Amino acid sequence: MGKEMTKEQYSNMVKKASPDSPIIKNCIHAFIVGGIICCIGQFIMNWCSVFGMSTEESTTCTSVILVVTASLLTGLGLYSKLGKFAGAGSVVPITGFSNSVTAPAIEFKKEGFIMGLGAKIFIVAGPVILYGVLTSIVVGIIYYFVS
Amino acid sequence: MDYIKAFCVGGFICVIGQILIDKTKLTSARILVLFVVSGCILGGLGWYQKLVEFAGAGASVPLLGFGNNLARGVMSEVDKAGFMGILTGGLKAAAGGITAAIVSAFVMACVFDPKEK
Repeated sequence: MGKEMTKEQYSNMVKKASPDSPIIKNCIHAFIVGGIICCIGQFIMNWCSVFGMSTEESTTCTSVILVVTASLLTGLGLYSKLGKFAGAGSVVPITGFSNSVTAPAIEFKKEGFIMGLGAKIFIVAGPVILYGVLTSIVVGIIYYFVS
Repeated sequence: MDYIKAFCVGGFICVIGQILIDKTKLTSARILVLFVVSGCILGGLGWYQKLVEFAGAGASVPLLGFGNNLARGVMSEVDKAGFMGILTGGLKAAAGGITAAIVSAFVMACVFDPKEK
């Protein structure tokens, strides 16, 4: 009985101690993976400028390469494994946006190409594009009248 | 040196996302929306571009950079095309990323089936 109690006490202690430590661990994972993805991006960008692209062009080119790679990794089922380890480190970079488009596309293919794949492909990208565009319109209107 | 900057700034932006996920229980879809909208506002104020100039891909690869692109696109179109630029600029700047995302998603959906969990 005494042993049972100590086990309970121990699990209470773990519960009390754990809310902080997973956050720190998650943040370290997110930092490392997010940092590595950005370094890969920097590597692609540096190569783009070697091929004589302008800054704008190489930024777009980098996005496209990262997006296609992340989409392929999602298809292979590897991106979700990365996501379990990395948390926000795999969500926040543009590769996370790509994953959020590809994953539902694959998932809902069985419901048909129009209302399944076609509609659900925008389940996350839709809100992102909607609110991104709305904000850009506001920025545009303010900029138009200020400048 | 640019790799160290990209790693630190990019990593730091992801840590902000992780803290938001852990502390506020925001889903990843909300995080994506929040980051794009924030990036667009910071881009409109002209602040985010300074970070992009400092950190390169460390600032442009996270979704804040995607939002920043929307803002910069809309502003440069307003300079070029005037009032109509408000409507055309944002998506024009983001077209590459969005088109790549949906086309490759479609191709992957045709090639791969859902993985067993």
